Amino acid sequence: MIKIVKRDQPSRAIFFLTPVLAIFLTLVAGGLIFYILGFKPFEALKFFFIVPIADKYGFSELLLKATPLCLIAIGLSFCFKSNNWNIGAEGQLTFGAIVSGGVALLFYDQEGFYILPIVILAGAIGGMLYASIPAILKTYFNTNEILVSLMLVYVSKLILDYLVVGPWSNPEGFNFPETRQFSESARLPLLFEGLRIHAGIFLALAAVVISWFIFYKTYLGFQMKVSGFSLKTAKYAGYKGKKMIILVFLISGACAGLAGVGEITGPIGQLHREISPDYGFTAIIVAFLGRLNPVGIIFASLVVAITYLGAETAQIFMQIPKYTGQVFQGMILFFLLASDYLLFFKIKFIGSKK
Amino acid sequence: MHKIFIRSLVSSLVFLFTLTVSAVAKDVKAAFVYIGPTGDHGWTYQHDVGRKAVEDAGFKTTYVEGVPESADAERVLRQLANSGHDIIFTTSFGYMNPTNKVAKEFPNVKFEHATGYKREHANVSTYAARFYEGRTILGTIAGSMTKSNVIGYVASFPIPEVIRGINSFTLAAQKVNPNIKTKIVWAFTWYDPGKEAEAAKALIDQGADIIAQHTDSTAIVQIAEKAGIFAFGQASDMDKFAPKAVLTSVENNWGPYYVDRVKAVANGTWDQKDTWHGIGDGMVVISDLDNSIPADVRAKVNQLEKDLASGKVHSFTGPIYDQQGNLMVAEGQTADDGMLAGMMTYVKGVEGDIPK
Repeated sequence: MIKIVKRDQPSRAIFFLTPVLAIFLTLVAGGLIFYILGFKPFEALKFFFIVPIADKYGFSELLLKATPLCLIAIGLSFCFKSNNWNIGAEGQLTFGAIVSGGVALLFYDQEGFYILPIVILAGAIGGMLYASIPAILKTYFNTNEILVSLMLVYVSKLILDYLVVGPWSNPEGFNFPETRQFSESARLPLLFEGLRIHAGIFLALAAVVISWFIFYKTYLGFQMKVSGFSLKTAKYAGYKGKKMIILVFLISGACAGLAGVGEITGPIGQLHREISPDYGFTAIIVAFLGRLNPVGIIFASLVVAITYLGAETAQIFMQIPKYTGQVFQGMILFFLLASDYLLFFKIKFIGSKK
Repeated sequence: MHKIFIRSLVSSLVFLFTLTVSAVAKDVKAAFVYIGPTGDHGWTYQHDVGRKAVEDAGFKTTYVEGVPESADAERVLRQLANSGHDIIFTTSFGYMNPTNKVAKEFPNVKFEHATGYKREHANVSTYAARFYEGRTILGTIAGSMTKSNVIGYVASFPIPEVIRGINSFTLAAQKVNPNIKTKIVWAFTWYDPGKEAEAAKALIDQGADIIAQHTDSTAIVQIAEKAGIFAFGQASDMDKFAPKAVLTSVENNWGPYYVDRVKAVANGTWDQKDTWHGIGDGMVVISDLDNSIPADVRAKVNQLEKDLASGKVHSFTGPIYDQQGNLMVAEGQTADDGMLAGMMTYVKGVEGDIPK
C-alpha cells in the first residue's frame, strides 16, 4: 500500500534533486512522444541533445543561446525570491534593446572605443526604466505587477515595430522594417574567429557572481529571502518593502536590458522586428529550473538552450517537427512543478497487513 | 602479380571515384527555411508545396519550419550548409542579412533569398513574385461586384510590397467603378487569426461588403462567410474554408521556380539572378472563379488575366494620381520596377494615411 505523508520540513536534498528528476522525466516522456510519432526514441534523443553540441561550433552556439537566458533568469531570481512576479522580462529586454540600439544608430558612421560602453549602459538603463513602471505602480498604486509587466511586453514590441518601420528604418533599405547595421565599434567583440560567441557571456558570468554575493552575503539578500517566505514577517521585521521592490525590479530590468544588448550588438548587429525568440518568457522556466540559485541557473540555461538547438537538428536530420522543442520546454516546467510536490510530501510504502 | 594487383586496385579506385563524383553531381540536396509552420495554409504552406514539387522532380529536400528571424536564423543556415545541402531557399525577408553572411562562408552552396534585395556574394540570388498583378484581378472583381462601394482591405505592415498591393487593387477597382473607396485596417502581423478577424469585423462595421487581405490566415474569409459578404483568399486557394465568401484567391506558386533552380544546380548552370515573376511566368496563379461572379465579369477577368500574362496590360498604367491629386505616373506610361520596389504612397481612392 502506498501512503502519502506530509513532511515536517521541506527536504533540502529534494529541493535540488527535483530539477534533475524533472529533466529525467522529460527525457522519458519525450522519448515516448517520439515513439508515438513513429521515430526511434533513442536516435531522436541523440539528435536532440547530443549531436547539436558534439563539436566546437555546436558548443559555442549552446553558450551563445544560453547567455541571454542565464542573464535574464539571474535578474528574475531577484524578483521571484522576494515575491515579486515580474513576468515582463521580454518587454524589458525589448526596451533595453530599443534604447541601446537607438544609441548605436547615433554612432552608425563612427568608430571609437567609447561607443560600446555607452551602448551597453544605455541598454541596462532602458531595461531599468521599463521595469520601473510595474515596480512603481505596484508600490504606490497597489497594482498587480504580473498584469502590468506582462502587458508592457506587447507595448514594447509595438514601440519597436513603430521605430523600425518608421523613423529608424534604414534610409537605403527600400522601406523594409529594419534599421541600418551598427558600426563595428558598437558590436560586442567575438571571442574566437569563426564562432559567434561574444563578450556578452562575461556579462552573464558577472551577473552570476554578483547575484550569488548579494543573495548569500548581504543584508539585501536576507531581506529578499524573508520577504519571499512571508511578507508579513518582513513587515514585522521593519523592512522597507517599497524600496526593496523597486530595487529588485531595477536589477531584473537591467539584466533583461543587457540580454537585449547582447543580441542586437552580438549576433544580429541591427534592430528589426524580431530580436528575441521570447527569451524573456523562457527565462522564467530557467529561473525556476535553476531553483533561483545562481549556479543552478547556469545549468538550467544550458539545458533549456539545448532544447532550441536540438529541435533544429532533429528536424534537419530526422524530419521531426521543430515545435517539439517548445514541447520539451513545457514538459520540463510541468515536471518540475509536479515533482515539487515531493518537497512537502513523501511517499511511504507500507506492507499490507493481514 | 603484385603490379597487376596494384594496377587493378588503382583503376578500380579511379572507377569508384568517378562513380561517386557523378553520383554527387546528380544527387543535389535542397533545403528550405520557413518562417512559420507548414500548416499555416498561407505563406509557408505554399513554399512547402513548392518544396514537394522539388521532391517530385527527384531531388532530396530538407526543411526547417518556424525559424525566427532572430540570431537563430544564422545557425540554422550554417547547419544546413554544413550538412551537405547544395542549395538553400530562405523564404522570409528577415533572413536577408544571415543569408548573405552564411553565403560568404560557403561559396560552394547556392543561396536563394525570397523577397529581399541584397546579393552581396556570387552565390546569392533573390526571387519574389509580382503579387500585385493578382491584386489587379481581385480589384476588378471587387469593383464590379460591390454594392456599398466600400471595399475593405486587411493589411499587414506598411512596406512597399503591401502598399503596392493596395494601390494595384484600388486602381483596378476604380477602373470598373470610379465611386469605390478602399478602407484599410493595419493588422501589423502576417499571421494572427485573432487580430485578422478583429480587423475584418471592423471593416464590416464600416460598411465593407467585400474584403481583401494581405495577411496569411484563413480567419478573414471565415468571418466574411459568417457575415454573408465576399472575400478573397491569400497565398493558397482558400475556397474550402469559406466556399460562399471566397470569390477567388491569388496563389503563390513557387514550385516551377524551385524545380528550375535546383535543376540548374544539378546541371551546373546555376547563376546569380534577381527574379521577379508574375502571372505570365506562373509564379502568381488565380484560383478558379466562384460561380457567384456574373458571366460578363468572368469574361473580363479571364481576358485581363491573359493580357497581364502577355504584358499587354500593366497593373500600373497612367494616369495615376496620389491621394493629394499629384501625378504619379503620366498618361500612357507605366511604373518601372524601381518605382514599384520603393512604392510608399497611396493612390487616389484609398482612404486614410500610411502609418508612419
